[in-house]
Amino acid sequence: MSNRNPQLNRNGTLQHLLSTEGLPVSILLNILDAAESFVGVTERDVKKVPLLRGKSIFNLFFEPSTRTRTTFEIAAKRLSADVFNLNIAVSAQTKGETLLDTVDNLSAMNADMFVVRHAQSGASHLIANHVQSDIHVINAGDGRHAHPTQALLDMFTIRHYKRDFHNLRVAIIGDILHSRVARSQIHALTTLGVPEVRVIAPKTLLPSMVDRLGVRVYNDMSKGLKDIDVLMMLRLQNERMQAANLPSPEEYFKYYGLTSEKLSLARPDAIVMHPGPMNRGVEIDSSVADGKQSVILPQVTFGIAVRMAVMSILASSQVSGT
Amino acid sequence: MKSIQLPDAEKLFNNLVKEIQQDGPKDFALVGIRTGGVWLAERLHRKFSVTQPLGMLDVSFYRDDFNKIGLHAQVKRSEIPIVVDGAHILLVDDVLQTGRTIRAAINQLFDYGRPATISLAALVDRDGRELPIAAQYIGAKLELPAEKKLELQCANDGKLSLSLYDKNPAPTV
Repeated sequence: MSNRNPQLNRNGTLQHLLSTEGLPVSILLNILDAAESFVGVTERDVKKVPLLRGKSIFNLFFEPSTRTRTTFEIAAKRLSADVFNLNIAVSAQTKGETLLDTVDNLSAMNADMFVVRHAQSGASHLIANHVQSDIHVINAGDGRHAHPTQALLDMFTIRHYKRDFHNLRVAIIGDILHSRVARSQIHALTTLGVPEVRVIAPKTLLPSMVDRLGVRVYNDMSKGLKDIDVLMMLRLQNERMQAANLPSPEEYFKYYGLTSEKLSLARPDAIVMHPGPMNRGVEIDSSVADGKQSVILPQVTFGIAVRMAVMSILASSQVSGT
Repeated sequence: MKSIQLPDAEKLFNNLVKEIQQDGPKDFALVGIRTGGVWLAERLHRKFSVTQPLGMLDVSFYRDDFNKIGLHAQVKRSEIPIVVDGAHILLVDDVLQTGRTIRAAINQLFDYGRPATISLAALVDRDGRELPIAAQYIGAKLELPAEKKLELQCANDGKLSLSLYDKNPAPTV
């Protein structure tokens, strides 16, 4: 049993969502299909269903986030769960409490689910291994490691506009080195059967041996964007850049910023995605971000339905667990 | 043990049509419950040339057994293309037994608006009610062993049939 994926319980159903890596295609599709029905709910006047009534969901954000935390909160509320947002930066941890002590205290308050964002890779994994078997953990971003719900909402968006994964060329463009989003996207895309995934970035923003993830590496936008169906832009993560990986944001924009001119190198029906928050004029030009091929705002809307799906499926797993 | 004879679902459907013809509401909107109820509602929609578009409900998000059996794996999107406020809704399901599905469906409909009336048509009304819910129009009333699950099937040519299963002791998700 030692090789068992820590995200799955004994029945092979999803107990925690920590990473898209190693998840079977059936579980990925199950989440995307459930999200489809939740999109229907979010389009109604009453955007709430009673599915998780009485459940307590704690948002544990050890790193600042507005969009992700808010969409998790909205998703939980639309499932009728009670949501508690803990601003850890100004909380017990500054008084010296350890991460697992914080988790134990909240578990003693009958938490059913933790949504965790942490600057350290593996933080949500640590919590998932620590909690009792009836508690679920969702990784909302850990260090440079993974951001699975972002990747899943990206997959949902791609399927919504392109219908099928099996004939697509997808390019992930920008700061791959610091991006947990890119890693989660690559695992999800390859599992779902996308035949060609490219990464396009300057050498200084690529992790070593990135090609081992099954992607094709390009350093030149004009070559990398040819015949592309889906462009997944990444944010230039200034806060994670310790060394001088780049001469200047202006220089970066000149070579890697997505302008209408560069976009015209991709397929004419290509879609442009961005996980946000965007640095306009750095990785993407406003004319593209607000242009016809941009699906950046639908991504945000779909993000709520996808997180509703993940929370419901996790809450389902404990009942079928034994 | 004597095998149980099930009636012809097509005959039951004709009975249901007759019942609705006799004293059904005028100008009603049809809403079928997935999956069997939708097949029946589609047939009724054509039969009565209902002007309002057909509604389809998946009650998975409103079930009261989520804590016991979890989310249904093949949950589908609900489509309610009608204005529910003030509508006379004829809800359609294949088998009425405990009444819990209908309770979920009624709750769900109220999240779309306040209907003027909701009535219920069921192809089969079998015993085992756990809630005070009744169908106004039925194809037949059947008494069946409690451990058996009655299911409606729809062939490729649209022909309806009924079959009986042993209830699965271990629910799958």
